[in-house]
Amino acid sequence: MSPIVKLLAQRISLSLLLLLLISVVIFAGTIVLPGDVAQSILGQSATPEALANLRAELGVNDPPVQRYFAWLFGAMQGDLGTALTSGQDIAQALSSRIGNTLFLAFWAAVVAVPLAIFLGLLAVRFKDRWPDKLISAVTLASISIPEFLIGYVLMYFIAVKMRWAPSVAMINDSMSLLEKLHSIALPVAVLTLVVLAHMMRMTRAAILNVMQSAYIETAELKGLNAFQVIYRHAFPNAIAPIVNVVMINLAYLVVGVVVIEVVFVYPGMGQYLVDHVSKRDVPVVQACGLIFAAVYIALNMFADIVAILSNPRLRHPK
Amino acid sequence: MNRHMQYLASQAAAGKLSRRDFLGKAAALGFTAVSANLLLSTAAKAAGPQKGGTIRLGLQGGSTTDSLDPALVTNTVGLMVTRLWGEPLVELSDDGGIEGKLAESYEASADAKTWTFKLRSGVTYSNGQNVTSEDVVKTMERHSGEDTKSGALGIMRGIKDVRADGDSVVFELDSPNADLPYLLADYHLIIQPNGGNDDPAAAIGTGPYIMKSADMGVRFVAEKNPNYWGDLGNADTVEIIVINDDTARVAALQSGQVDVIDRVPPRTAKLVERAPNITVHSTSAAGHYVFIMHCNTAPFDNNDVRMALKYGINRQEMVDKILNGYGTVGNDTPINASYPMYTELEQRQFDPDKAMHHLKKAGHNGSILLRTSDNSFPGAPDASALFQQSLSSAGIQLDVKREPNDGYWSEVWNAKPFCTSYWGGRPTQDQMFTTAYLSTADWNDTRFNNEQFDQMLVAARGELDVAKRTQMYADMSTILRDEGGLICPMFNDFVEATTDNVEGFVEGIPGQVLMNGYAASKMWVKA
Repeated sequence: MSPIVKLLAQRISLSLLLLLLISVVIFAGTIVLPGDVAQSILGQSATPEALANLRAELGVNDPPVQRYFAWLFGAMQGDLGTALTSGQDIAQALSSRIGNTLFLAFWAAVVAVPLAIFLGLLAVRFKDRWPDKLISAVTLASISIPEFLIGYVLMYFIAVKMRWAPSVAMINDSMSLLEKLHSIALPVAVLTLVVLAHMMRMTRAAILNVMQSAYIETAELKGLNAFQVIYRHAFPNAIAPIVNVVMINLAYLVVGVVVIEVVFVYPGMGQYLVDHVSKRDVPVVQACGLIFAAVYIALNMFADIVAILSNPRLRHPK
Repeated sequence: MNRHMQYLASQAAAGKLSRRDFLGKAAALGFTAVSANLLLSTAAKAAGPQKGGTIRLGLQGGSTTDSLDPALVTNTVGLMVTRLWGEPLVELSDDGGIEGKLAESYEASADAKTWTFKLRSGVTYSNGQNVTSEDVVKTMERHSGEDTKSGALGIMRGIKDVRADGDSVVFELDSPNADLPYLLADYHLIIQPNGGNDDPAAAIGTGPYIMKSADMGVRFVAEKNPNYWGDLGNADTVEIIVINDDTARVAALQSGQVDVIDRVPPRTAKLVERAPNITVHSTSAAGHYVFIMHCNTAPFDNNDVRMALKYGINRQEMVDKILNGYGTVGNDTPINASYPMYTELEQRQFDPDKAMHHLKKAGHNGSILLRTSDNSFPGAPDASALFQQSLSSAGIQLDVKREPNDGYWSEVWNAKPFCTSYWGGRPTQDQMFTTAYLSTADWNDTRFNNEQFDQMLVAARGELDVAKRTQMYADMSTILRDEGGLICPMFNDFVEATTDNVEGFVEGIPGQVLMNGYAASKMWVKA
């Protein structure tokens, strides 16, 4: 087996092991949560008999280990159980929500990632001159302001005053892609502003780091212009840390946008999770937790793999 | 508005008061019911309702965990959606009386124990089936079974038997209750085919609209029911969008994405109103924000301690600062002018001297612990701080403990001896008292146990003489005000806003939010 395949297999199995461990933590965490599920479903006026019936029906009386494995095997086969509150199949209810969340995250990433990298390269090119300072100042300011505030500010100027884009980012199946994109313009803008600085600064730092190497000097002496030096020599060597930070931000776009979803009334996973946490709907919380963990692990694994593949020293370990 | 007059009107409509008697009493009270109603709607109806278009509402209070089953409705969004596709037997009319919906008329036996509701003929559900009296019986049974989760279970308890009798439905009660029509106007009691037993969340009903799509906690779309029997429903399409964030809801209205919103935050309502195309509507209502003491737990088991705290609260300050003026002062009873048969009691004022006097008389030393949380009512921690200040000027030390929102309703409310809370109103005194102040009530959150009060409540329920009944409710309010564990500083208004794309909003309609939930079908899109 070639060392690359071996390395990849190792990475992937480690990630799966990590996901397994997290599933234990999620399950244990939701079990030790205070409050009785049956009580919170039936409310204050529940009779003791009704509580006992519901507990038996939910299988809360079984030993935790047995419940964990039942849940885990179900989840592995795509059966996430049914929501306690509405009785709906969780996998089905979640699928459209995940679709929406990924749709928003995808378009935010399509805008933010190239823009961040381009701005990072631009900042390197004009290091310590006014474009660099302007880019840094603007992106750092936008990352420092709480995202809901950016949301409100954009909403006020762009939706209420100019009326260019809607303040309610409601999308549904009957809309065309263009209508959908118009609808999510504001949340995409806010998310872009929020994740831009992190990626831009990392690109700038990584490339500047590389730029001090001897081979860059050689490239310059060879007569390449500045952009070519950055693009052909510095960027490939700086790709690992950049991919890392890009992946962290992509993960954030998927799992961390609860606030944005609430502000722009976007029907994604965040709102769905929050609603069910407050109703103590444990199976849904577990399912969401598992999916969020999987997204995080997968994206970070991807970053690791790219880092390995882009670095000959890691590709061919001694 | 004169609720007493409205109650008389409802009695007249119900055939318990002759038209002649009714007009005589109206004249005696110097009341101009007709002109009041005209005043309310003159402006709105000048041009007359227009047909067509889409009304879009941005509402607070929906969740992805909701259901379309009317038995499980708990929030504003659920109420508004249910009002679109379904109807109860009877409904609160705009003047606070009762009007027929699926029931064309009704009558009570002389002892108010047997009630007969005659169904409107030829009404069909949106699936084409005819509405039968059997459906009504099944509906009532579904909401009153032992294992039902219906929010209407509490009000169904006094009903002994429901049976179909041709095109009528007969209700037999355990004990006389002159308020039965008010109870049946409850928004959970939507008449469904076969009582909703087959598929309670199918949203098949007789309402002015038919649900086209329902995404819980997100968005609902309904289209006009072409076979609707009545004259409700002006717009072709109604769209309800759930917007729980206050700022986002206001922005959606300002940017013209929705035409109507509920719960405008009182703090910003004045600013919202400045926009030229937006009107803010305020409707005084029966909901109230409260501080509740357990009358059976020290130190609150001493009425002098309770009186000290009641005198130590500055009600006007609370209305001004917590509600920003969008409300009215309370008087330590859950009843205000929104109720029929209301009698105004002498208003209790903030009086530090009296507070100090009562505390001394009680011989209580040390501080008193109040628990509060953000979700017990909007601004509850601020209200608690104001209470703390006003009490300290009477030399009473109040400690405020901030509790987490999560679990407040199970761990603190109705469990700890002194906390902040809120109550939505009920359509009648009887229902309000029965829900929370009868000594055996499930939700007796002040642990109020007063035999005289309990007896009067049962007696008033069977009393068909309105004057006597009014007096009884006044006496009961007085008992609560002077002996109860309720400190009620304020009644909160419903603050709602509309853009000038739509017309026909009428302020001051009693009942629930947004014109008793009928805003979507009574308003219209401006042509």
